[in-house]
Amino acid sequence: MEKKSIPNDIKELSFEEALSELDSIVGDLEQGSNKLDDAITAYERGTLLKQHCEAKLQEAKERVEKITMDASGKIIAEPADIA
Amino acid sequence: MTDMPLNSDYKDNKPEFTVSELSQALKLAVEEAFSQVRVRGEISRLTLARSGHMYLTLKDENAVLDGVCWRGTVSRLSISPEDGLEVIATGRLSTYSGRSSYQIVIEQMEVAGEGALLKLLEDRRRKLLAEGLFDEGRKQPLPYIPEVIGVVTSPTGAAIRDILNRLRERFPRRVLVWPTNVQGEGAAEQIASAIDGFNKLVSDGELLKPDLIIVARGGGSLEDLWAFNEELVVRATAASKIPIISAVGHETDVTLIDFASDRRASTPTAAAEIAVPVRAELTEKSGNMGARLLPAIQRQLDFFGKEIEGLGRAIPLPLRWVEAEVQRLDDRADRLEITKTNLFNELKALIREVSRGLVNPKQQLLYNNGKLMATARAWHRSLESVIKQKLNELDKASLILEGASYQRILESGFALVTDQSGKTVSAVDVSSGTKLGIRFFDGDIHVEVKSGIGAKMASKSSLNLKKPSRNVDKDAQGKLI
Repeated sequence: MEKKSIPNDIKELSFEEALSELDSIVGDLEQGSNKLDDAITAYERGTLLKQHCEAKLQEAKERVEKITMDASGKIIAEPADIA
Repeated sequence: MTDMPLNSDYKDNKPEFTVSELSQALKLAVEEAFSQVRVRGEISRLTLARSGHMYLTLKDENAVLDGVCWRGTVSRLSISPEDGLEVIATGRLSTYSGRSSYQIVIEQMEVAGEGALLKLLEDRRRKLLAEGLFDEGRKQPLPYIPEVIGVVTSPTGAAIRDILNRLRERFPRRVLVWPTNVQGEGAAEQIASAIDGFNKLVSDGELLKPDLIIVARGGGSLEDLWAFNEELVVRATAASKIPIISAVGHETDVTLIDFASDRRASTPTAAAEIAVPVRAELTEKSGNMGARLLPAIQRQLDFFGKEIEGLGRAIPLPLRWVEAEVQRLDDRADRLEITKTNLFNELKALIREVSRGLVNPKQQLLYNNGKLMATARAWHRSLESVIKQKLNELDKASLILEGASYQRILESGFALVTDQSGKTVSAVDVSSGTKLGIRFFDGDIHVEVKSGIGAKMASKSSLNLKKPSRNVDKDAQGKLI
């Protein structure tokens, strides 16, 4: 499927909001109680929500930093090597 | 000090001290003998002087011991002393010459016995509970997937490693560690200021403010975990705008921070599990839903396809309906027509009836004329019949008259000779063999002529004979009329 750019109203959704909406869209579609136009709109939105969810899950990079103070007493984060 | 015989030479050889000398000697003796002691007692008359030094009294059933804790030491104490708390104070004894007293200079203090400590904990818990710091309404929801997790703990402890390991397994995230001591001197202050510090952090470029905080420490004794029971830690936790998971000790260890935090984890590992969902599961879930989308819309489209097909089949239905309506319409039209006809007929009949009453003058004339004619005809007919009747009567009368005239002649002896047909005959007409009829007054006979003159003078004789009879008749008739 062609990747459409994700609209802002979806981008602003948290993962669980997006997933929960996707869940209800899939549920509705599977129940088959929609009007045809609604079903197609829902399908398109569902596809975008899924992309958004996947994007959120992609941002899974570990990065550990340690709070410390620089010479001027300003709080900074420096990479921490904790193993 | 040297041994001195109490009985002999006592008065003579006694050395003589000034008060100061004695006090000094005593001080040296006490400090040397009690340079490091542990003493157990209940704190009373605790005062924190403006100078920052802390004064208190340790007591038991029978004795009291004054104590002092210099300012520099107070902040390093692992507990917060308070009146009534039974403690074991570690320090050295010293004397205060100006007052002739002795005291313990406290270097460290710990709570004496689990029972006493738990009592202290319970009292403090009640007090903070009453303040509302543990209210359920204060609890904040945790983000489902935090972007940055702030961890307040020792950077060298097991807790941070447990947390990082579990996060890595479930859902690797950005982690910002705020290093603190987790027990002993200054631990409570550091922990409290780390929580405040995270809250005050402003996201700036690479530095991101956490959206979730974990305050963690591995297992230990009640005393080891004591920093997490301290009021300032509990208050900082309750005040945090960033949701906090507390993970202090192991399983059954409960510290007061657990009541104030938004979520309690039984271990640091458990805190990591609460903090993030399992990414793989979510990926699968999201993937599953994505995978269900296509068949779902496909089914939906199939459904609509079938629906349309079904509707197509059902189209005769509306037609049938129209037919029924058409039929109804026809029916109405028929009835309307009938009604119209009936109405016209009724009107016609009415008009006819009314017009019957009206007389066309022409017809009236004709009618009257007819009537006149009929009357005339009737009159004419009746006149005719009267005339006919009178004529008949006349005829009859003339016949009677006629009969009566020649009858009387016959009666007087004459006979009437006729031919066979009853006509009068003349002698010229009679020849031999001619059959004749003779009428007498009383009957008729028939005869045949034996000799006649016949044909010779036929015309003259007949005329002669006939003439008189005719004349007679004519006369008779004339007389009768």
